[in-house]
Amino acid sequence: MMMRTGILVFVAAASLQAQVTFDRVLNAAREPHNWLSYSGTLDNQRFSPLTQITPANAKNLQLQWVWQARSLEKFEATALVVDGVLYTVQAPNDVVALDAATGRVFWTYSHQPSPDARTCCGRVNRGLAILGDTLFMGTIDAHLLAIDAKSGTLIWDTVVASAAQRYSITLSPLVVKDKVMVGTAGGDMGIRGIVAAFDVKTGKEVWRFHTIPAPGEPGNETWSGDSWKTGGAGVWNAGAYDPETNLTFWGTGNPAPDWDGRSRLGDNLYSDSVVALDADTGKLKWHYQFTPHDELDYDSTQVPVLADITFRGQPRKVMLWANRNGLMYVLDRTTGEFLLGKPYVKVNWMDGFDHKGRPKRVPGKVPTPEGTLIQPHVHGATNWAPPSFSPRTGLFYVAHWENTGTIVTEGLSPRPVGVNTRQTTMGQVNLQQFFNNDDEAYGVVRAYDPNTLEPKWEYRMNDITWGGVLTTASDVLFSGGREGYFFALDARTGELLWKASVGGQVNAGPMSYSVGGRQYVTIAAGSALFAYALPEGQ
Amino acid sequence: MRPVYVALIFVAAGLLLADGSLSAQHATAFDIEDGGRAFRNTCATCHGPDGDQIAGIDLGRGQFRRPFTDQELVGIIRNGIPNTPMPATNVSEAQAVKIVAYLRSVAAARRSGAATGDAARGKAIFDGKGECSTCHRVNGTGSRLGPDLSRVGQLRRTIELEQSLREPAAEVLPANRFYTVTVRDGTKVTGRLLNHDTFTVQLLDAKEQLRSFVKADLREHGFASTPMPSYQDRLNSQETADVVSYLVSLKGARP
Repeated sequence: MMMRTGILVFVAAASLQAQVTFDRVLNAAREPHNWLSYSGTLDNQRFSPLTQITPANAKNLQLQWVWQARSLEKFEATALVVDGVLYTVQAPNDVVALDAATGRVFWTYSHQPSPDARTCCGRVNRGLAILGDTLFMGTIDAHLLAIDAKSGTLIWDTVVASAAQRYSITLSPLVVKDKVMVGTAGGDMGIRGIVAAFDVKTGKEVWRFHTIPAPGEPGNETWSGDSWKTGGAGVWNAGAYDPETNLTFWGTGNPAPDWDGRSRLGDNLYSDSVVALDADTGKLKWHYQFTPHDELDYDSTQVPVLADITFRGQPRKVMLWANRNGLMYVLDRTTGEFLLGKPYVKVNWMDGFDHKGRPKRVPGKVPTPEGTLIQPHVHGATNWAPPSFSPRTGLFYVAHWENTGTIVTEGLSPRPVGVNTRQTTMGQVNLQQFFNNDDEAYGVVRAYDPNTLEPKWEYRMNDITWGGVLTTASDVLFSGGREGYFFALDARTGELLWKASVGGQVNAGPMSYSVGGRQYVTIAAGSALFAYALPEGQ
Repeated sequence: MRPVYVALIFVAAGLLLADGSLSAQHATAFDIEDGGRAFRNTCATCHGPDGDQIAGIDLGRGQFRRPFTDQELVGIIRNGIPNTPMPATNVSEAQAVKIVAYLRSVAAARRSGAATGDAARGKAIFDGKGECSTCHRVNGTGSRLGPDLSRVGQLRRTIELEQSLREPAAEVLPANRFYTVTVRDGTKVTGRLLNHDTFTVQLLDAKEQLRSFVKADLREHGFASTPMPSYQDRLNSQETADVVSYLVSLKGARP
């Protein structure tokens, strides 16, 4: 027995040291104690197979540790956990390695962004990727860094694009096989969006896809004049990967200038779209444009959620998408075929789809100096916060905003006036006084049936939310919002199971892992990362 | 749709150019409201909320360096006046038209109001007959329940103050809303809403106590109408003008 115990200890120790192969990243669901990519798995389901925390015992969750970031920026990153070590980002671009059981710091790597760095909406970062012993981080000055996961030292530093030309990177990179991929933000500032892949060992660029086609390429004709050169279509949220088709999927941002399309007549491909790119070559396989010729700033930079479901009685490999434009979609992820689309909030800029899934615009719903009531408002029905899909319940869980509308004015920036002005506030770090009445904008977490896109239940908050959603294999849902609560719901009914006041706004998605047989769930709120678990022994 | 819109603006501008007095009549209430907002964002920094903070100029009473036409005012708003502190702005033509419509409407409203107020008399009414200080605080004196008015002369325009006295419920800023909770034993507590979320609510109650309630512990809770009475019939027009003059004079005392 002594001998056998010794072997088991040795095996366990060896697994602690094992490198994170791409096979592990791809099959992360097989190791529920870890969280190996932004959404846990490359299909972006943000679903944890862990089951220790249940609807019955969630009320007993207790704070285990807090890690305070040295930052006054929004904490938007989702952490990674690899065999007991938690990696996250201190905004804008410091990487921190913590003991996942205690929150104590192993090391910090600090990147000093160029003074040229400009971001539209905060000097933020949404997380890391890992392969082997290497962490990858995009920076707000548009570099891609490779950092040693054991020592926190820099391995390579590749300039993806020019910060002086207003390129930046805020998303978590995507690792596929021997490549690490990023997209560039800056779409509000007249960049030309990029998705690019780099060799994980050397940082050398392997391929580059421009989200706006150049002259001579299909789609360039959808931009009048030279508007394609500065047309935006940034990529600033995590991509997805489908191993069966070897496709990566990326949501693209708004065309620029945002609220005035007169200088860029046409559909403005591939802005406000999802693009399916071959992981090896970066070649475009298909695209679907959610909002052609957008003048309402409806970035389609939500994370693509891939699921295998029974759709209208047939097994179907789909992509689920709750878009900023107020519409929810089911697409065939192999072909890009539009299967279903429906408003999930009040929408007045479109009225139905044509047979190809192109929205029919309502005339006059464009920004004007005199003001136009447009629903959903300038920050959308949802924005970038990651949703969840539970293969157990078959439901798609989205945190979003309700009852919003904004009057915007013509020009370079929208000026919300009249109704519901407060709701247009971006997520912030600290809690704010809140005075809205019950009829004004509010946040919800809703569970949608992908076959109908009808909600099964709703959990309502007073304030709107910029928080993401996590579900678990024990049917517990975690989320949070701008009110500064982190809470657990029953994923089947929406019943509130537990809540904690975290003293700052939640601007991130929750994740879960386990160490030493205990399941933890984390949430970033304010400038801090909080970890909760059941009391020891439960 | 844009050409239609442009044409409408052109027509509106044409009407405005004909006669200054036409602007207030033909601009919509929305135009005037929008113009007021643009005025406060762009012009009030130098001219003050009532447009009277530059010597010799009182924009809200139609008092300019000389009687300008609307078209001239639009040009001044956009291009400034050379060799003076009045700068050029990035205000669009359409917005400038609305600012002018707003200023004309304020001046017209002023002309219709006969009485000129006396701030000293207004203070006496404020502290006495009006019983204003039972809810409002001015420079450290009075109740904290209602909005502190120590700087109201910098923040609100005369016309808004007049309206607040006559129709206090017509426009209540979100931060000045009142809220009532009913606790388990049936006791009602009403106060100014300081904050609320899905689970809790925070008030300043009538005794100036900071109160926090857990919604799950309440029988009822919800927004309440403003406790401020209308002074439409309590004060005559001269008294109202006096109180408004006093309020306009409140620019904030420094300790």
